Amino acid sequence: MKNSLLKLRSAFLLLAALLLPVLHAAAQAGTDSPEMADALRQNGKIYVVVAVIAVVLAGLLAFLISLDRKVGRLEKELKD
Amino acid sequence: MKNNWWKALAVVLLLYTAVAGLLVPVPRLAILNETIRNLYFHVPMWFGMTFILIASVIYSIRYLRNPTPELDIRSHEAARTGILMGCVGLATGSIWAKYTWGTWWTNDPKLNGAAIAMLIYGAYLVLRSSFTDEQQRARISAIYNIFAFATAMPLFYILPRLTDSLHPGAGGNPAFAKYDLDDNMRLVFYPAVIGWTLLAFWLAQVASRIALLKQKVYEKQLA
Repeated sequence: MKNSLLKLRSAFLLLAALLLPVLHAAAQAGTDSPEMADALRQNGKIYVVVAVIAVVLAGLLAFLISLDRKVGRLEKELKD
Repeated sequence: MKNNWWKALAVVLLLYTAVAGLLVPVPRLAILNETIRNLYFHVPMWFGMTFILIASVIYSIRYLRNPTPELDIRSHEAARTGILMGCVGLATGSIWAKYTWGTWWTNDPKLNGAAIAMLIYGAYLVLRSSFTDEQQRARISAIYNIFAFATAMPLFYILPRLTDSLHPGAGGNPAFAKYDLDDNMRLVFYPAVIGWTLLAFWLAQVASRIALLKQKVYEKQLA
């Protein structure tokens, strides 16, 4: 009885000895991998930035479209 | 409207670039970190510049074969748009370099080549403004434009590849290697290149139309 318990304990220790470096490496991979703006993504603030950039870009493009139309009207006017 | 489908495409692709460029996952690389997303904005400037300068040179060649003021105006406005995109490309590259290579400028063959090429095109603008006679201006700037293009393109794309360089796409360092672009990035990068290139053509087209109108008004006043 005592013998088998001892066997179980040594098996557990062996498993832990094999697994611990792997777990350690996995934990290390998390901190060692290059730092990215993960927090900005997790709290969703990135969408605020995206929205602002999209609005600015849309505004500039709308201005270009209206400029294009104005030039088109002038071209028509000058044709006749 | 049926001839303007490419302008609608430009709007869609640019808005897609702004949104997907910030949200689509990118490879986690040391030093670059999130700045890898600059690829969707800095690199398309150079693509757009190259395509619009090709258009400019084609207009110049067509002008020399068939000298009309319209071809001269279109060539000039395309070159101006190309120079604008090149300057934005230099400025954005400099900012990116500061936060990855640690300096605003380094004597790298790719950077110096691009700077010299931009100076050659700057001389085009100076040369153009130094003529009073319109036909002389148009003819000589068309010829200079062809030489400027033939000198600038090796400086951008050939000479930097012959030596070592920090910059991707130079020094035998291919710009489109798999460690630079993964499939997610291609999904944003190619639409970005098309979108920014179309925007360059759009700007050049509107600028040309205004210059043509100005000329028409001037002719009517003389008549």
